[in-house]
Amino acid sequence: MNAPVATTAPPPSTASGSLLSKLEIDVRMLGMLAALAVIWVGFDLLSGGVFLTPRNLWNLSVQTASVAIMATGMVLVIVTRNIDLSVGAILGVVGMIVGVAQVQWLPAYLGLEHPLTAPLVVLLAITVGGLIGLFQGWLIAYLGIPSFIVTLGGLLVWRGAAWWVTAGQTVAPMDSRFKAFGGGVEGALGATATWIIAAVACGLIIVALGLARRRRLSFGFPVRPGWADMVIATVACGAVLAAAAVANAYPLPAGTARNWAEANGIPWPEGGLFIPHGVALPVLIAVMVGLVMTFIATRRRFGRYVFAIGGNPEAAELSGINTRWTLMKVFGLMGLLCGISACISTARLNAATNAAGTLDELYVIASAVIGGTSLAGGIGTIAGAMLGALVMQSLQSGMVLLGVDTPLQNIVVGAVLVLAVWVDGLYRRRIK
Amino acid sequence: MQQNGTTPLVEMRNISIAFGGIKAVDDVSVDLRPGEVVGLLGHNGAGKSTLIKILSGAYKPDAGEIYVNGEHADISTPRDAKRYGIETIYQTLALADNIDAAGNIFLGREVLTPYGTLDDAAMEAETRKVMARLNPHFRRFKEPVKALSGGQRQSVAIARAIYFNARVLIMDEPTAALGPAETQQVADLVLQLKKEGIGIFLISHDIHDVFGLADRVSVMKNGKLVGSANVQDVTQDEVLGMIILGKCPPGATPGPGAS
Repeated sequence: MNAPVATTAPPPSTASGSLLSKLEIDVRMLGMLAALAVIWVGFDLLSGGVFLTPRNLWNLSVQTASVAIMATGMVLVIVTRNIDLSVGAILGVVGMIVGVAQVQWLPAYLGLEHPLTAPLVVLLAITVGGLIGLFQGWLIAYLGIPSFIVTLGGLLVWRGAAWWVTAGQTVAPMDSRFKAFGGGVEGALGATATWIIAAVACGLIIVALGLARRRRLSFGFPVRPGWADMVIATVACGAVLAAAAVANAYPLPAGTARNWAEANGIPWPEGGLFIPHGVALPVLIAVMVGLVMTFIATRRRFGRYVFAIGGNPEAAELSGINTRWTLMKVFGLMGLLCGISACISTARLNAATNAAGTLDELYVIASAVIGGTSLAGGIGTIAGAMLGALVMQSLQSGMVLLGVDTPLQNIVVGAVLVLAVWVDGLYRRRIK
Repeated sequence: MQQNGTTPLVEMRNISIAFGGIKAVDDVSVDLRPGEVVGLLGHNGAGKSTLIKILSGAYKPDAGEIYVNGEHADISTPRDAKRYGIETIYQTLALADNIDAAGNIFLGREVLTPYGTLDDAAMEAETRKVMARLNPHFRRFKEPVKALSGGQRQSVAIARAIYFNARVLIMDEPTAALGPAETQQVADLVLQLKKEGIGIFLISHDIHDVFGLADRVSVMKNGKLVGSANVQDVTQDEVLGMIILGKCPPGATPGPGAS
């Protein structure tokens, strides 16, 4: 409905009613999807059909989750013309706290493997991450220290703090329920749950499209043609169902499946059992975070203010917006998301190390920027940034599959970042 | 709304503000009655915009007081000023370029749905109404205001100021970036709002602009008030003398800045 987010800004309603303008689809987003398709098919051909297998795509989705979650927050930070270089270090320190809390602190009161351990630890991670973010936001918004400096300092401070938590010792293993946040076998939700989630998602898509249409009609505004809404609903639901099908096409490894069958009293047949993974918990969390953040960015007053500050800080101030408090909240939100990512990456590693999240700040910023967030401020979408994270992770996993050396991987990722921003700039200048 | 003529809508008394030792506004007093247009004149850097930013809440004065309808008003943020019905059209327009017309008009005063979310459809509907009055040809409701022409952007800024039932309107160089036709539109609008009983501060460095529209003029020079006069009592040349030389003619009430 509103313009600050590129996905919702339709092309000029001129007589040239092309297909895309009828669908009111953002061409940039379509371009990114095309780029992703090229990368996927390219790697699949080069790897001899290994890339586009349910197994690889499932792993890819799990590997993307942590960075994608942080990228949604980075979009808002960059939209306000700021930067956060400390996200990887915040992830590191929160990850250490999370590890120590469930291995040393909580067991002293609850005992090992208590059902409350995982929820308490997640709450702690979100709180600590959020407080760190709010503190940095306060330094930036109220003391007027440039965000580059505050978070550059934060990068060193929080990384150092991560070391101090245990004097550098790695903490392992994690609580078994907590490990579900990392994906893996514990975090795979199974076929039935996956289909239910997919069905609910499809229902919500259709309801949301219908409500938006009815609302515009009730004010007598122009709406998309009916068939266009149908096409959008079909494509969106198709994508959801396809993703569910892929997740359900990846079976548990034989040993795990056998344990599961024994635990559930199912006889183990001759040819083995096909027990699907289903969607992974971290991926589900990432998708939910993406939806909530999109809602905040486009449907809430706070999101409107964030974009207004990015578009014209002085105008935002003169409109009576409390720009400082808004900015502080943006950084608080960023820290909170780092807390969620800290849970995911600690659980995935099944260990808390003080090096967790090293260089994540660069991947997170790159994801946001590849996803169309303008460093000049005011422009960016949550969905774009998450897609950006997927593009980056696809490149890396693909190169790992092909056995490309690590230094060369970095060279390629770096080059792609620069290339993507250049192409994006060309596109923006052309449509202007 | 019409007062008995003696109580000004707004009165700024002995306002002073300094930036780093330089007195941008020095002991200036101006007032505005309902349905009156007061032209605020002076060279660039005379302190007009600074004075007006104090009234609109962007700056806090070092000294002096503001009265609205005869009552002391405490204005320290733009939000306070808006609560007193004081709206401003800034010289820079102060629009967020990346947001559409409705988003800008309602910025800081969004219409919300019962669920606390932005009611974009309602805001767009209101925007269509107010724009139909100001600029009937305006169609680009869904585009960021960056894509609009100068005149269209100006009408968005004006719409934002008048939509919320302003009682005092501050227009800072409203026609500086406009063509002749659009300038005429702004002039028509000023006369229409005046009829509705709104008081208008018109800031300009071009006295021809002001003489056609204003009932009174106040002239500033180097941060000080040279004097105020009814436009009938002074000639354009005399006002020019006030602006350039700080010389107060017989038809005007001299201020502290008169030489």
